[in-house]
Amino acid sequence: MTLLTVDNLGKAYRTYSSEWKRIANWFFAGAKPNHEHWVLRHISFAIRPGEAIGIVGQNGAGKSTLLKMITGTLQPTEGAVHVNGRIAAILELGMGFNPELTGRQNVYHAAGLMGFNNHEIDGAIKDIEAFAEIGEYFDESVRTYSSGMQMRVAFAVATAFRPDILIVDEALSVGDSYFQHKSFARIKEFQRQGTTLIIVSHDRGSIQALCDRAILLEGGTVIKDGAPEEVMDYYNALIADKENASVEVVSLDDGSKQTRSGSRKATIESVSLYDRAGAAVEYVGVGDEVTLCIKGEVHHDLPELVVGYVIKDRLGQSIFGTNTHYLDCKSTSVAAGKKFTYKFTFPANLGIGSYSVAVALHASETHIVENFEWLDLALVFNVVNVAQDTFVGLSWMPPKVEIEA
Amino acid sequence: MFGMLKGLWEYRSFIVTSIRNEFIARFARSRLGGLWMIIHPLSQVAIYALILSNVLAARLPGIDNKYAYALYLMAGVLAWNLFSEIVSRCLNLFIEQGNLMKKMRFPRIALPVIVVGSCLLNNLLLFVAVLVVFAALGQMPSLDMFWLIPLTLVVTALAVGLGLVLGVVNVFVRDIGQVVPIILQVWFWFTPIVYSANVIPEYLRSFMNFNPMFSVVNAYHDVLVYQVSPDLNEIGITIGASILLMLLGLFMFRRAAPEMVDSL
Repeated sequence: MTLLTVDNLGKAYRTYSSEWKRIANWFFAGAKPNHEHWVLRHISFAIRPGEAIGIVGQNGAGKSTLLKMITGTLQPTEGAVHVNGRIAAILELGMGFNPELTGRQNVYHAAGLMGFNNHEIDGAIKDIEAFAEIGEYFDESVRTYSSGMQMRVAFAVATAFRPDILIVDEALSVGDSYFQHKSFARIKEFQRQGTTLIIVSHDRGSIQALCDRAILLEGGTVIKDGAPEEVMDYYNALIADKENASVEVVSLDDGSKQTRSGSRKATIESVSLYDRAGAAVEYVGVGDEVTLCIKGEVHHDLPELVVGYVIKDRLGQSIFGTNTHYLDCKSTSVAAGKKFTYKFTFPANLGIGSYSVAVALHASETHIVENFEWLDLALVFNVVNVAQDTFVGLSWMPPKVEIEA
Repeated sequence: MFGMLKGLWEYRSFIVTSIRNEFIARFARSRLGGLWMIIHPLSQVAIYALILSNVLAARLPGIDNKYAYALYLMAGVLAWNLFSEIVSRCLNLFIEQGNLMKKMRFPRIALPVIVVGSCLLNNLLLFVAVLVVFAALGQMPSLDMFWLIPLTLVVTALAVGLGLVLGVVNVFVRDIGQVVPIILQVWFWFTPIVYSANVIPEYLRSFMNFNPMFSVVNAYHDVLVYQVSPDLNEIGITIGASILLMLLGLFMFRRAAPEMVDSL
């Protein structure tokens, strides 16, 4: 038995030379649209009960359109979606909330919008109130709520009744971290009870942690459907292509002031990250040994050349930085025209997350005195935890545990 | 069609809650609350009555009451308010609720039903207010007033039919939303609400027969002011027109529904 079957689904937006032609078409006039724009086409897959599916794809790949057709807000232009069960989506929390009404009144309204009658909501309202944990505010008008409180109530309603299929936008963050954990635990619990999850995400970590299957959309079609690892690898290759291309554009473009600065007496040609086997990587396992490779060229005779790099977290805070001056291996009296390659090998003892590398070529201890070239966001990589015990934080410091009785 | 009714039945709680919430939200934090709903049309009546009663009072034959003109006005306004409120709210309904229609799945037909429900409730409150004013002016309720039930249905059907057609088209051709309020204004003056039907020059009479609201407003006058049964032959055409418009509206709504979400 399949829970959800998507059968040759396609969605086209049609434009007519005049809107009246569109209207005439409702009366079977048979007017031809002068432009058809297919955002999705030939999508077919089936989902069995209890599966957890990740839907990945770049912005504009058609993920939202597909989800809207699965939930039924958008009508497909061709093909069909067959659903055996109730679908709930946690994509837009707080839709239809009226700020003048109390939390309780809004709960009745929102649950009604999901198709529940007042009798059913009466039975669930206590749980909703308890889950939202906003205390007295539940009977105050929503305009007095903080956005987090509103999210809490909205999430509590959206998940008050266990659906057969739950669509979750992974980027969705519900309130503070306490509530995020609570809401995530509820989603997990639903999954345990047999709810099928459809998770939309860009994040390799969560797709691999939660899903047992992934579907990759690109250009409006399914280009990969299979095990999460396999699909995510493919996705990364797809993205890497794009990023390399954009790096080239940046390096050629003179408008790239923010990313590049310096006298250009020496320039950075490429910055890349390799794993132990020498393959370029974008995803690095916690603790894996990696090599940062910086290639460049000297354009003037330089008395001294120092190469440095800083690894920053996604908020731009420096996690670790060093240079060849500190490492005591700076080059002196470098002639114009010389090409160079520096390799820095280190274990990626970093926490899970996305990191960027800034690279600089300068003279002496810091770039303040003479900066040849400074390149921000020279490289972006992600750290995922594949082999280590679960931990939190930005750095990996595996302890040895001894318990003394 | 059957699916629409089934959806409506399943969403009955939502519809009732929505109508109630609309009331609560509209009058939240206003001292007079729901009274405003009655004050607006009654003040309109008062303005017309004050300005025009001296001009027109003499031309209302068949009523002894010296407040005849005020009664006449109120009866017409009761009918017109229901009509214009439903039409103008249906007109922008889908555009206003566009976000909801894009994000949530629910029977779309619930939206116009909520509008109709809330407009009917407004009209009921206005009717109660009108009864009170009538009694104060010496016009007591009569059995003929039960005619108002079918008459209200006719006005509603006419307004919903027209409102749905215009509301659906407005999603695609937004000029409709601008032009309809103007047309409603003109229409108001081409319906004998502030003046008596018999002041209309003979050469315009036949033209007036094309106005479906003409006969309905006349019927409201018959029932409320003259306290006689309405002329069924006269409203027959309007009933026919309103049923046709309703069907056309529902048909267009169904045909347009998939594309409507695309265009919002």
